[in-house]
Amino acid sequence: MTVQAHEGVKPARKKFMTLDFHTLGPLLALIALCIFGFLLNPAFVSEGNITNLLTRSAFIGIIAVGATFVITAGGIDLSVGSMAAVISGVMIIVMNNAIGTMGVGVHIVLIGCVASIALGLAAGFLNGFMTTKGKIEAFIVTLGTMGIYRSLVTYFADGGTLSLAFDVRDVYRPVYYGNILGIPIPVLAFAVVAILGWVLLNRTAYGRYCMAIGSNETVARYSAIKVDRVRTLTYVIQGFCVSIATIIYVPRLGSASSSTGVLWELEAIAAVIIGGTMLKGGYGRIGGTVVGAIMLTTIGNILNLTDIISNYLNGAVQGVIIIAAVWLQRGNLTTLSPFRRKRAS
Amino acid sequence: MGEAVPSAEEPILAASRISKSFGEVPVLFSVDFDVRAGEVHALIGENGAGKSTLIKILSGLEAPTSGTILLDGQATDLPRNGEAEALGIVVIHQELNLAEHLTVAESIFLGREWTRWGFVRRTDMREEAKRILDGLHVSIDPDARINTLSVADKQMVEIAKAISRDARVLIMDEPTAVLTPAETEYFFAQVQRLKSKGVAIVFISHKLDEVMKLSDRITVLRDGQLIATVETGDLTPDSIAEMMVGRELSNLYPPKQEPDFDAPIVLEVEKLTAPGVRNVSFSLRKGEILGFAGLIGSGRTAVMEAIVGLQGRSGGSVSVRGQPVEFKTVAEALRAGLVYMTKDRKGKGLLLNIGLQPNLTLLTLFRHMRAGFLVESSEVEAMERATRRFDIRARDASVRVGQLSGGNQQKLMLGKAMESDPEIIIIDEPTRGIDVGTKQQIYHIIAALAKEGKSIIVVSSEMQEVIGLAHRVVVMREGRRTGTLEGAEITEGEIMRYAAGLKGDREDDRASA
Repeated sequence: MTVQAHEGVKPARKKFMTLDFHTLGPLLALIALCIFGFLLNPAFVSEGNITNLLTRSAFIGIIAVGATFVITAGGIDLSVGSMAAVISGVMIIVMNNAIGTMGVGVHIVLIGCVASIALGLAAGFLNGFMTTKGKIEAFIVTLGTMGIYRSLVTYFADGGTLSLAFDVRDVYRPVYYGNILGIPIPVLAFAVVAILGWVLLNRTAYGRYCMAIGSNETVARYSAIKVDRVRTLTYVIQGFCVSIATIIYVPRLGSASSSTGVLWELEAIAAVIIGGTMLKGGYGRIGGTVVGAIMLTTIGNILNLTDIISNYLNGAVQGVIIIAAVWLQRGNLTTLSPFRRKRAS
Repeated sequence: MGEAVPSAEEPILAASRISKSFGEVPVLFSVDFDVRAGEVHALIGENGAGKSTLIKILSGLEAPTSGTILLDGQATDLPRNGEAEALGIVVIHQELNLAEHLTVAESIFLGREWTRWGFVRRTDMREEAKRILDGLHVSIDPDARINTLSVADKQMVEIAKAISRDARVLIMDEPTAVLTPAETEYFFAQVQRLKSKGVAIVFISHKLDEVMKLSDRITVLRDGQLIATVETGDLTPDSIAEMMVGRELSNLYPPKQEPDFDAPIVLEVEKLTAPGVRNVSFSLRKGEILGFAGLIGSGRTAVMEAIVGLQGRSGGSVSVRGQPVEFKTVAEALRAGLVYMTKDRKGKGLLLNIGLQPNLTLLTLFRHMRAGFLVESSEVEAMERATRRFDIRARDASVRVGQLSGGNQQKLMLGKAMESDPEIIIIDEPTRGIDVGTKQQIYHIIAALAKEGKSIIVVSSEMQEVIGLAHRVVVMREGRRTGTLEGAEITEGEIMRYAAGLKGDREDDRASA
């Protein structure tokens, strides 16, 4: 044949060219942020601060791993913050009540954990079921459940605060404050969830199906993918991640109130988007999500350590970073880079 | 601009020695092209020949790497972002660019609404839209929403839009690809009307008979090179096809090899009823190519989708190798050895924003797993296999599927379907929007599969294709089977008679909804 210039499918060009800002961007930004933090206050890189920072990013990080699945498959879950609050509340109620019949001990905490996971899975399934079988937009469904969960926790706490019995707190405390080999347990949990999430998204058919559905649901359906099941499962995964985050969060304060987990959904979504996952679905990156979650916490941490910008402006700085991150991902920087690739006709 | 009206021989728009490269990939080599007032100039070539790029350059969407664009004889730098419309150069793209929720009148004036003191003059625009539509002799309600119109009517709205913009040069990229023969006739009448008004028309099409019928001159591109610009009268469809491909095309269709007389029946469909399908029965033998002909909207796709479980069915039975089946999902059909290739490559067949490999294996990921995990090397192997077997051409593996030519997309889809190693293959419109060279390849692949003992259903609106490939032809009309043709009966006239309802089963012949 006379077709010139292309013969068959050649392997992708040199790897470093395709791994441009799109992939490494979030990591580079985080490193820049850390250098900036160090220059402003050398205490930033102290072991205590780094540990503290990673521990704090674990909640949002774990939730954001779940959100990566939901968003990759073309959905959104706005209910995670409220869900965390209501799960915290129910956990505390369950544990406090169990003491009466079973006495204090590790088993109380385990009962709390089981309750948390069961609730997380159920709440996630509910979101997924209503979006897929009910054919209601995920935004609407989860906006609804967000309100429901938030008001439920307020109702359970009777407008005040639900407190965990003090003797259980002592047993439960290490889950947040403890460490294994010097690594705080929340950080370990975050790492495990992230690794499992990465494997699931990148090395299993399920992850591929999530991307396919987010990319084009009809193509997925025509390709023998059980779209409803895969999509519902993303919400179940999200619910599971919320329950894990909650299990780690409860011993931190030992209480839950209507203000627990406020705006976590936005932080989780922000972490996912900063990390390079596409909001409209079809492409997800767990590694990016992890970096995004750490970055959000780092911003607050740096503001705490310095006096340049008021700590009250934390949200504003985060907002600027989110917009800037997405602006860069949209190729606004790559068009300036020598690696740019134009589309062929 | 000056008042001088260019004479008929003076081109309105011309490209002189235009070259274009994307990155280091050259796509056009020093191409000359021009179009005169009141002429239809067809631009043809295989996919990837550079037609779309040339059009983009002529309409200012892309800047040429070198060469000049002449508008009324003056060298011009066309403004980007479609602003060339202001200069009278209007493009109607293959994928119609209409906002589905606007009304017809709003669409026609989109982007240059008439206003008075900042408010849109809705009544005036509506009147003007009506005047333009009446001028085209089409009965489209200016208040109708775009999403309620047929494809043909949408195309008419695009034309009305072009007219309202006082188009002097109208560029159309495969305008008839989605039209039925009747709609095409109608569309041609509109083109003639515009032509007689002195509009210069550039027309891309893969349908050579249309090109012959409609155009005054033909320009052939191949691999980014200008092959020739010729008066249409000096050419035959064969000579054009040869110029396009650069070789003789004596055997577009492979020789037919009848399946064995006693070959077993692998698919038996009886009295199938589903949305858009009434009482359809047919059977498919092993090694057979069964054609499905009919007009667009006659229910052929609905039959196939009901068989593989993409559509629910309300009555009738389907059996595969004698076993009654009722597939609820594509996965079940796939397990029974039945695969369906959609005609809507871009909307239903392929994920356009990712690479070739994940697309190829999407249907059959279970084949590339070990202990629940995907094995990439196995996927890479599958890709290499499919690349060789179906001659898929891409610049490299990182190319996104959306950037491939239609022909390569189709071959990729064929590869994807064949990955499941099916016994029965249903191909809906195997060569829509594909160049002649690739068509020929696909025809030979289909024939080879049948020879291997696969059973194939080819649904096609191109009658030549069905005639050239199929051993038997089922003709459908308004959701019903009107006839089954065999052997010498398979002719264009006969198919048309059944498809148009002049022959065949006419009981309960009520108007379709």
